Amino acid sequence: MSNGYHIVVCGSVVPDPLQTLEPIETPAGPALKNEMLLPAVLDPWAAHALYEAANLAAHAAGSKVWLVSLGAKAKLRQVMMTIAQKVSFELVPIDGPASGFADAHATAALLAEAIQSITGLDRSRLLLFGGWESASRGAGVTMQLIGERLGILDQFQGVDQLRVQPDGAFEILERIEGGRHQVSLCQGPPALFGWATGNLPEPRNNPQIGMANMRAIMPALQRAKTAAPAPDAIRYRSASPPKQQRQTRIVKNLSAEEIAREIVAWIEKA
Amino acid sequence: MTKNILLLAHLDESGNGLPKAAGEALGAAVELAKQLNASLSIGLIGGDVQAAADSVANSGAQRLLAVMGSDFAQPRFASDLLAAEALCRTASADLILAPATSRFLRALPGLAHRLNGRVDTHITSIQVVDGAVCATRWFYRQRIEGVFQRDARPWILLLDSGCHEAYCGPSGKAAIEEIAVALPSEARRTTIAGIRAPKSDSQTIRPDAALLFVAGAGWTKKQPDGKSHPEQAESLILGFLRASGASLGGSKSLVDQSGENQAVLGFMTHLNQVGQTGATPRHPKGLSTCCHGEEPHVVGWRFINERRAINLDPNCGWARGKADVLYVADAFEVMAKVNDLLKKPQS
Ligand SMILES: Cc1cc2nc3c(=O)[nH]c(=O)nc-3n(C[C@H](O)[C@H](O)[C@H](O)COP(=O)(O)OP(=O)(O)OC[C@H]3O[C@@H](n4cnc5c(N)ncnc54)[C@H](O)[C@@H]3O)c2cc1C
Repeated sequence: MSNGYHIVVCGSVVPDPLQTLEPIETPAGPALKNEMLLPAVLDPWAAHALYEAANLAAHAAGSKVWLVSLGAKAKLRQVMMTIAQKVSFELVPIDGPASGFADAHATAALLAEAIQSITGLDRSRLLLFGGWESASRGAGVTMQLIGERLGILDQFQGVDQLRVQPDGAFEILERIEGGRHQVSLCQGPPALFGWATGNLPEPRNNPQIGMANMRAIMPALQRAKTAAPAPDAIRYRSASPPKQQRQTRIVKNLSAEEIAREIVAWIEKA
Repeated sequence: MTKNILLLAHLDESGNGLPKAAGEALGAAVELAKQLNASLSIGLIGGDVQAAADSVANSGAQRLLAVMGSDFAQPRFASDLLAAEALCRTASADLILAPATSRFLRALPGLAHRLNGRVDTHITSIQVVDGAVCATRWFYRQRIEGVFQRDARPWILLLDSGCHEAYCGPSGKAAIEEIAVALPSEARRTTIAGIRAPKSDSQTIRPDAALLFVAGAGWTKKQPDGKSHPEQAESLILGFLRASGASLGGSKSLVDQSGENQAVLGFMTHLNQVGQTGATPRHPKGLSTCCHGEEPHVVGWRFINERRAINLDPNCGWARGKADVLYVADAFEVMAKVNDLLKKPQS
């Protein structure tokens, strides 16, 4: 495609999945205990979207990648230290809550507004990328609402592959039930892609890319506007960790044969 | 106060019936309509919906609406959205229940914007508490369960499969109110080119299986003899899947290896991955093998009721309240015996 794509990736920060999460009550609703102290990562499926975006941009001359991220400024700064070393992008940060309990509708409104205010963004060449579900809300709602706000009628979710055809059309593979993919053909941009894992490995850290990115990222973070999502009428009655902790029976002294018998009996028990 | 409930459903891939998850969402809708004394409508989307409509003709729904025809036979964001919007507006629905199928998860969140309503997905239960409709879902990838309500209407709730008894009633002759929807050219920019599935012998993901069998990276690691045995691992795993009919899940460490080097368990893909950045399947039982049971993996087991694990390490994650039984043993040896036993009819 001449002039390439304008790829906007939406992705926020989430607590490192290795951390234990404990909900607490606050006047504004549930939150995570010590949320600001938990180490954060870029939301994993959004990270895949970012790597796919960079790869696509590298193969279509004239393309550009933006990462639009709503999160606490300090957390964004921390995560950018590593993410900025992986691929080239321009950060559009919004200082605000990235909590899983924040409402997707209010979040989508803020992100759509931020995208609309990107200088030089050509909406006719726009590919809106993100994770198909976040690791915080895990709802798959935000991206679709942003797409609707921006009037994008071609939307795809659970995307594992996007291939540009010789005529500029896209062939898209979306995850469906039973470990299969639906194959769609879309005429071209504008379109929205909520990525699943895709096919690319995580790029290695490249300090040169990091330095080039950070020259623009640091001032962008300093300028980042603080945004309060519009209060929404989502009212939580409770937020609790799973109650069930199992009493594990640890079987150490059985032979492989005896274990196999136990397992087969268990499998066959209705 | 909820007056009009609409159950939205699309036809299944056969183009005749309704997906299992739609029957379950209908079960929930029928119950909720009774509790709230609200009217219930059903809205169907698909090519020819008559047979599906007949199957729910006696569900007590006051209206059976449909947007049908070849334009709406296949899942596509733009056309599904227009169809769903027309059905919701016709039904004047304030509460919309729908199954969380891949087709609806890809389109109904967008519908909330069109209707100026709100949407929540992956709902695991809906209850009426003090007269208010409350929904339950998991946050942070199955780590925190939240119960919440909303005042805004219409409110769209997509129910996960396996969370409610399916509606089951005699079929009848349904009188369908067809809602005409014209598809503008902008909604035809995408066409569906089909479904890509693994070859039937490598179709390892079986959502309806009674057992989830999870393979971890240990299957490809050096064993006590100082070597790795990927061929043996492959034949043991595939042999077990054939004999047991189980669905195959994998840890991230194992599926990542498969992506990087096809020689390692070639049948494993990212679609098999269970956990934080993988699937959260629903099966009554799960057997984990050569997998450490770290938290980002085990969050994907939230909906596996009975859990057993085989691991050489007595201190692996499964030992810490994550499995019901941990067998401290060599999975190569145990699974070879299991396969033998499954082949021989038991006395
Ligand atoms: C952002 C993020 C997201 C993640 N998402 C996921 C996810 O979705 N899913 C996921 O699985 N992980 C995920 N992880 C990774 C997770 O933390 C673990 O690293 C991973 O689950 C480990 O996989 P494993 O247990 O198979 O491998 P290992 O940790 O290498 O464990 C191998 C196990 O095999 C056992 N073993 C070896 N040989 C034998 C034998 N002969 N018999 C019996 N046992 C044997 C060993 O004792 C060991 O316990 C994520 C991590 C991060 C940071």
